[in-house]
Amino acid sequence: MIEAGPATALAIPALGALLIAFSGRWPNLRETITLITALALLFFVVRLAPQVLSGERPSVTLFSMLPGLSIAFEVEPLGMLFSLIASSLWIVNSIYSIGYMRSNNEKHQTRFYVCFAIAIACAMGIAFAGNLLTLFLFYEALTISTYPLVAHKGDPATVRSARVYLGILLTTSIVLLLPAIIWTYVIAGTLDFTEGGVIAGLLEGPMVGVLLALFVFGIGKAAVMPVHRWLPAAMVAPTPVSALLHAVAVVKAGVFTITKVIVYIFGIDFLFAQPSSGWLVYAAAFTIITASVVALRQTNLKRLLAYSTVAQLSYIVMATAILKPLSEIGAAIHMVSHAFGKITLFFAAGAIYTASKKTDITQLHGIGWRMPWTMVAFTIGALSMIGVPPTAGFVSKWYILAGSFQADNYVALFTIIASTVLNAAYFLPIVFWAWFAKEDVPPAKPHGEAPATMVVALTITAALTIGFFFFNQTALELESQLVGREK
Amino acid sequence: MIESNLPALQIVLPLIAAPLCVLLRRGALAWVIAWSATWATAAISIAILLKVLDSGTISYTFGGWAPPWGIEYRVDPVNAFVLVLVSVIGAIIVPYARRSIGVEIRREQHYLFWAAYLLCLTGLLGVAITGDAFNVFVFLEISSLATYILIACGQDRRALVASYQYLVMGTIGATFIVIGIGLLYLMTGTLNLADMAQRLGDMPLHRPQLAALAFLTVGISLKLALFPLHLWLPNAYAYAPSVSTAFLSATATKVAVYLLLRFSYSVFGQSHVFENVSVEAVILALSVAAIFVASLVAIFQDDVKRMFAYSSVAQIGYITLGISLANQSGLTGGIVHMFNHAVAKGAIFMLLGCVALRIGQPLITQMAGLAKRMPITAAGLVIGGLSLIGVPGTVGFISKWYLVMGAIERGWWWLAALVLISSMLAAVYVWRLIEICYFREPSAELEGVREAPLSMLIPSWVLIVACVYFGLDASATAGTAAIAAQSLLESTR
Repeated sequence: MIEAGPATALAIPALGALLIAFSGRWPNLRETITLITALALLFFVVRLAPQVLSGERPSVTLFSMLPGLSIAFEVEPLGMLFSLIASSLWIVNSIYSIGYMRSNNEKHQTRFYVCFAIAIACAMGIAFAGNLLTLFLFYEALTISTYPLVAHKGDPATVRSARVYLGILLTTSIVLLLPAIIWTYVIAGTLDFTEGGVIAGLLEGPMVGVLLALFVFGIGKAAVMPVHRWLPAAMVAPTPVSALLHAVAVVKAGVFTITKVIVYIFGIDFLFAQPSSGWLVYAAAFTIITASVVALRQTNLKRLLAYSTVAQLSYIVMATAILKPLSEIGAAIHMVSHAFGKITLFFAAGAIYTASKKTDITQLHGIGWRMPWTMVAFTIGALSMIGVPPTAGFVSKWYILAGSFQADNYVALFTIIASTVLNAAYFLPIVFWAWFAKEDVPPAKPHGEAPATMVVALTITAALTIGFFFFNQTALELESQLVGREK
Repeated sequence: MIESNLPALQIVLPLIAAPLCVLLRRGALAWVIAWSATWATAAISIAILLKVLDSGTISYTFGGWAPPWGIEYRVDPVNAFVLVLVSVIGAIIVPYARRSIGVEIRREQHYLFWAAYLLCLTGLLGVAITGDAFNVFVFLEISSLATYILIACGQDRRALVASYQYLVMGTIGATFIVIGIGLLYLMTGTLNLADMAQRLGDMPLHRPQLAALAFLTVGISLKLALFPLHLWLPNAYAYAPSVSTAFLSATATKVAVYLLLRFSYSVFGQSHVFENVSVEAVILALSVAAIFVASLVAIFQDDVKRMFAYSSVAQIGYITLGISLANQSGLTGGIVHMFNHAVAKGAIFMLLGCVALRIGQPLITQMAGLAKRMPITAAGLVIGGLSLIGVPGTVGFISKWYLVMGAIERGWWWLAALVLISSMLAAVYVWRLIEICYFREPSAELEGVREAPLSMLIPSWVLIVACVYFGLDASATAGTAAIAAQSLLESTR
């Protein structure tokens, strides 16, 4: 147990997946195992946190994959935070899934829970990866283990969309990310994540920008335009899967990887001194604005949320690309606040679908009074996306803004302000109609809230969204270590 | 006593077992003999590899005649690696084969099948182990003739035509090889490969050397199915019995690749031939063409076995690509891909054999819903397929890693890009199959079909597990390949 160190975090969900697979015949047992595994994982991850806070870096090297390159894990602040997000939200998501999958009579539920657990194991592998090779291994495994989840329904349209999902993620990672990794290895001779980076002094001039581009667009999961198309395509998946993609693991794995590469492979000081790295802020800013404008034009609620995610992810990428300590902290914190806010929104969307089969924002007039819990949670999530206090979104935006002042980066500053306006423009009308508009057509069968487990889940995440505004000290302390500052 | 004679036993054991099968004339007995002979052969090859890695090149002389006069078996890291590859795959397939040939080959021919199988194994091992040029030709012919039989055993009548087609092209190839060897003999007066290499290094460039190189390269390329000399392969693989396909795809082409390595590095490495001609550039171009053309053709195949046969042509392209890169990383990639592709493709053809056991040779549409009826088989196909794409965690990734590294070290960015883009073509044909297996309702053929028997699933899954194991921990395979590559590069000037 102790020798395995961080690798245990992978073993727990992997073992869970195995047990779930064997208990497929007894749904209650299967779902109990899911919940117990999720609790065990959270317990383990939480126990790691104090160690990391006190400056320790638990690590383990398993075996060498290639001569000179090992599968190794090391827990550092950013990965600690990511693993905390993923493991805590897995519990909530499992509670929600049980309600959603049962009341919608979805097929292949065992496959669903197995793949979900494997995806979590992969997320843990990404979070704790000690070098780029390990990270890449789990990055690809995450893509493949989530494919059956996206293609869950199995009808031709879904399979086609899942193909887009897999195609873009696999192509970008193999054609762009892999050569970037090998190139890094050829010039630096190591792929270990090292404080201050490993490339400084070995690569100069425009090639730095090229390598950065290979990384940023190769990490398709971060959905920087133009490699964002997989995210809307994946909206065919059941809602708990969308929550997994958008909040728990997949997109977070993307932005996490970008942040990690910039901090530990390039090194922020080195990259800041390189003029050829400046384009990344513009690319992220472009994605933020464009995705927000596209979101403005969506009427399907889940698609709207998908484009909102594309924009929010580029917040993190942009914050990272500002390359100042405060903005790096902002990037890390935004991973948390976006996770809490977006999972709440998706849970709400799924609850609305389950209770009323409504998917369009134009159908939501007056729904607030039928589903008060759901819509209160939705409102909180939406406010967090906009960045209104007292929600989590405010905290991270604060740091990102502070970081852009630190760097005198007015492009970033302007982008944040503009996108805040756009966010408000597409979220507030939904909230307004839900509470203050009259129902156009009363539903044939009057409905109330979705099943209790779903309501419980979305209430928890909404509470987390507000709670993080007040209790974020630990996360901030953790992430200030990321940029090597004293508490 | 036994230990010092291991190189001879490596060949003699299967060679004696083959006529024994014929004498006994009973399918089941022949199977038992093949079992014991192949597993013993595999154990011997592993012992030889360990010995070579431990204490360097082994030279075994027959009848006490010192080389270069007598015949010498010479084992260095390169061919020790190939010996293990061929004999281990040959051994794993035997337990699998009993049920498979039970439905695919007529009962009274079983003992003949086993005799041919053992002879083929003998030939392939012989080519790999011998240090004598004429011996190479003899063993090559033994394996080829046995191969024609193994292919012609197929149920489909087109198997006969395919076998005949291969016979014609294989004979042309063998003729070219013997002409090449003859020319070398003429020039150097020796048949011992090491001696030949040394003498070629000492003499100035003569035209016959060039001719010999040309004949050998083309002849061997025919054998290893280098594009565009691959025409025999798709039909041969598609119509041969499942067992033959699995065995041949994993071993036969790999041995031919070994020959290419041996002649272009060890034999001609010292000579002045490469000062004027660049075989590497030609092989490089053909390899890239093979990868792209064959992958594209594979995408449009309806017959699943044929699809993977074209995939083999493409994968051989990766191996020869590594050879043509001629640097440490690239060559390591090429050599390790011999192993990696053998494991992955061997497993895939074996699993297709499991499907064939239940419904006959499948068209891609007949594979619909396979995951519901034969879940273990389908899952294995997925992992094998991922390996062909080169997803990390499978052996295919290891090969891609070295090949791309080799290309980048040479500064050939375009080549690195091409290698990786071509992976996506593999993704297309693999995913086409996976979607059909998993997201369609079972086809009429698969109605009421059960999972394949364990005797077939276990050997197939041994290879699948190897696919993942050596993908995660490649220090053994890539390490050995790196040593082999180093020894080859050292032998060139």
